[in-house]
Amino acid sequence: MKATKRRVWIRSIVGAAAATALMGSAWAQETLKIGLLANLEGPFAVPGQDGYRGAEMALKEQKGMAGGKKIEFVKVSSDATPDKAVAMTRKAVEQDKVQIMIGPLSGDEGIAVKNYAKTKPDITFINGSSGAQATTLSDPAQNFYRFNTEGAQWMVGLGEHALSKGYKKTFLISEDYGFPYSQVQGFMASYCAKGGKVVDKAWVPLGTKDYASVIAKIPKDVDALVVVLGGSDAVNFLTQYEQAGGNKPMIGGSITVDQTVLNYKGKRRESLLGTMSAGPMADSIDTPEWKKFVAEYKAEFKDGFPSPSLFAYLYYINTKATLLALDAVKGDLSNGQKAFRAALQKTDFKGPAGEVKIDNNRNGVGTTYITEVTKAPDGSFYNKVVKTVPNISQTLGLPEADFKKMGLGSRDVPDCRT
Amino acid sequence: MSASQWRRAMNSAAAAAAPTLAAQPARVPRPAAAAAGDALDAPPWLDRLGARIRLRHAVVLAAVVLYPLVASPFFTYQIGAQSLALGLIALSLTFLGGYGGMVSLAQMTVAGLAGYLVAIFGTSSMASISLGWPWWLAVPFALLGATVFAAAVGWLSVRTEGIYTIMITLAIGVAFFYLAQQNYTVFNGFQGLSKIAAPELGGVDFKEPVAFYFVALGCALAGYFLVKHLVRAPFGVALQGIRDNPRRMASLGYHVTAHRVAAYAVAGLLAAVGGVLMVWYNGRISPGTVNLAQMISILIIAVLGGMKHPIGAFVGAIVYVLLQNFAIDLFVRERFNLVIGGVFLAVVLFSPDGLLGLWAKLRSSLVRTQISHQKRRRP
Repeated sequence: MKATKRRVWIRSIVGAAAATALMGSAWAQETLKIGLLANLEGPFAVPGQDGYRGAEMALKEQKGMAGGKKIEFVKVSSDATPDKAVAMTRKAVEQDKVQIMIGPLSGDEGIAVKNYAKTKPDITFINGSSGAQATTLSDPAQNFYRFNTEGAQWMVGLGEHALSKGYKKTFLISEDYGFPYSQVQGFMASYCAKGGKVVDKAWVPLGTKDYASVIAKIPKDVDALVVVLGGSDAVNFLTQYEQAGGNKPMIGGSITVDQTVLNYKGKRRESLLGTMSAGPMADSIDTPEWKKFVAEYKAEFKDGFPSPSLFAYLYYINTKATLLALDAVKGDLSNGQKAFRAALQKTDFKGPAGEVKIDNNRNGVGTTYITEVTKAPDGSFYNKVVKTVPNISQTLGLPEADFKKMGLGSRDVPDCRT
Repeated sequence: MSASQWRRAMNSAAAAAAPTLAAQPARVPRPAAAAAGDALDAPPWLDRLGARIRLRHAVVLAAVVLYPLVASPFFTYQIGAQSLALGLIALSLTFLGGYGGMVSLAQMTVAGLAGYLVAIFGTSSMASISLGWPWWLAVPFALLGATVFAAAVGWLSVRTEGIYTIMITLAIGVAFFYLAQQNYTVFNGFQGLSKIAAPELGGVDFKEPVAFYFVALGCALAGYFLVKHLVRAPFGVALQGIRDNPRRMASLGYHVTAHRVAAYAVAGLLAAVGGVLMVWYNGRISPGTVNLAQMISILIIAVLGGMKHPIGAFVGAIVYVLLQNFAIDLFVRERFNLVIGGVFLAVVLFSPDGLLGLWAKLRSSLVRTQISHQKRRRP
């Protein structure tokens, strides 16, 4: 009987402790809370962590202050699904009462958070690293800002570069969702306009393991393959293409030629040399700003990547822009954040990889880097910057009317088979 | 201690420890007395209802009705309404698993199909896919479609038992996930369908937190009482008989397969209602809503709450939703999934009957302690 009583006691104490822990979490008063949404679960858990690192770096450069107030991040995590991204944004805004929200990480999440932003006109939303075109092009929210460029902009200039190498006819292999649609459009917009032909497109589901049927469809007479696959999909395709005896040169998307591909150990490793791709940053940018950024990242995060990833960079510039605007208005968020938003609109600073500023749709206008895989003196492969294309707007360098006529990228847009 | 004291102690402890289900038949004689005495004052069904209502029922009912008046919109919508919708889907599994002995992983798939059908029959972002029916036509057809689908799943899987039922429903669920992800003509692939809103009716916008909460509450209460009623009706009693000994029930003349398929259809309807609520809650649906993780989360909710009683599904859903939202504030942020996993593990480890089992154990041990106090007072 005594033992039972003690057990009841222990159980009620455990229960009470759990309840207190749930109720707790009070916040200090003299700080400004900024919500920070990235991913700690799901397929982007590892890049998501690097996103948090980028945001923390921007805050640390400011010594944790902005506009005379101490800045505190309220971190929330999504699993790359739009539902969770909205749920967690809602939690930060409505429960933790943040007035500024940074995030999310991936494209579809971005569109969902933008739609939520419309229901909260008093809060300012700043993108994390999401790069879907539609977020700012179709039905934009007045209080959603994106200081980075998006998936289509990242590929501008690659079409011309491919033509200059003599790749006039290409075959496209790409994952079948929003982000690759944008990437393909960014490539094809100028490629088709300048006379290139994409003879056929193969859309494969995300996470495809078997590419045999796709490889069998590749025509003999194409000059190159456009491969817009990410992570393990790219490596799987590469391996199977090699086994099938393929030998066409490749043109990659912004997340295709990453470290896993560069470390590829197959027999055709040498054939990777010269593979071109494009993106808003590259590991080997030769400017003092980029070198300083990399050095800071390495010094601060011993457990991070060898060099900051795309996600760290994008979260960094978005957070930096937020903090600089807060400084400009001395932390004044009154009057529906009017002054703060005007300051955001005027943002123009030199980021690690080029200028950071936004257009009238509150979307980034920035630089794209075209790279080619090159051998370093120590025998390892890296992406060497061969061309820099500055000032790319969301209309991909086309006049706005022409861009509107083309529409947003999808499976069938753009098209230039013959 | 005298023999009579001992007997009394044993009886009260046993009654408290026994699952609610076993305790209920004891109250059955009441209607006969009621019919003799107060038949003129109140209709018998009302009286029967009165006999069943306890103080705790009134307290819970008052709490859930008053909740949105005291809670913030965030707690009303994201915690309250979401728990009710998820709880309803988990309730369908509790009914199937707890009373029918059939654990189906495809309940989230049924809910997801209902959600997709609301988007396809009604309005969504994809005008080329959605048929644009008004909501009062789209919702019943969505429920009907999902119920028929659930019955078909049942038809396929009732020939199996135990782990094989789990396997076959898992296979159906995963197949549906890939169908939704790769089909562009009906399901719009990876991106799914968005801009699906709860209707406006008589000047009330059901997208608003409080209005939506009451819709969800109405559906949840209806589902709860339907299950409460069914498990005592002949159909539910036969179902429990089939759970315990299908061969004996067959020899008594019951059609075992038909009963099981019917149970799947009923559970399918409950899950479908939950699915419609979920799609209104999120405003969108994509394959991520019906993926493996979501299918398993329904099982987790049901097990967490306890499958011995229909209320367990809702208790589990509340705890699950609270953990999903607040675990990140409790612990090192990068490791918050450890908290969620730890709680689930602890509940399953210490109480196989979930949180309800924990409550029952706690109550019975408290009763025992009280008895021991009384014993000491009377030497």
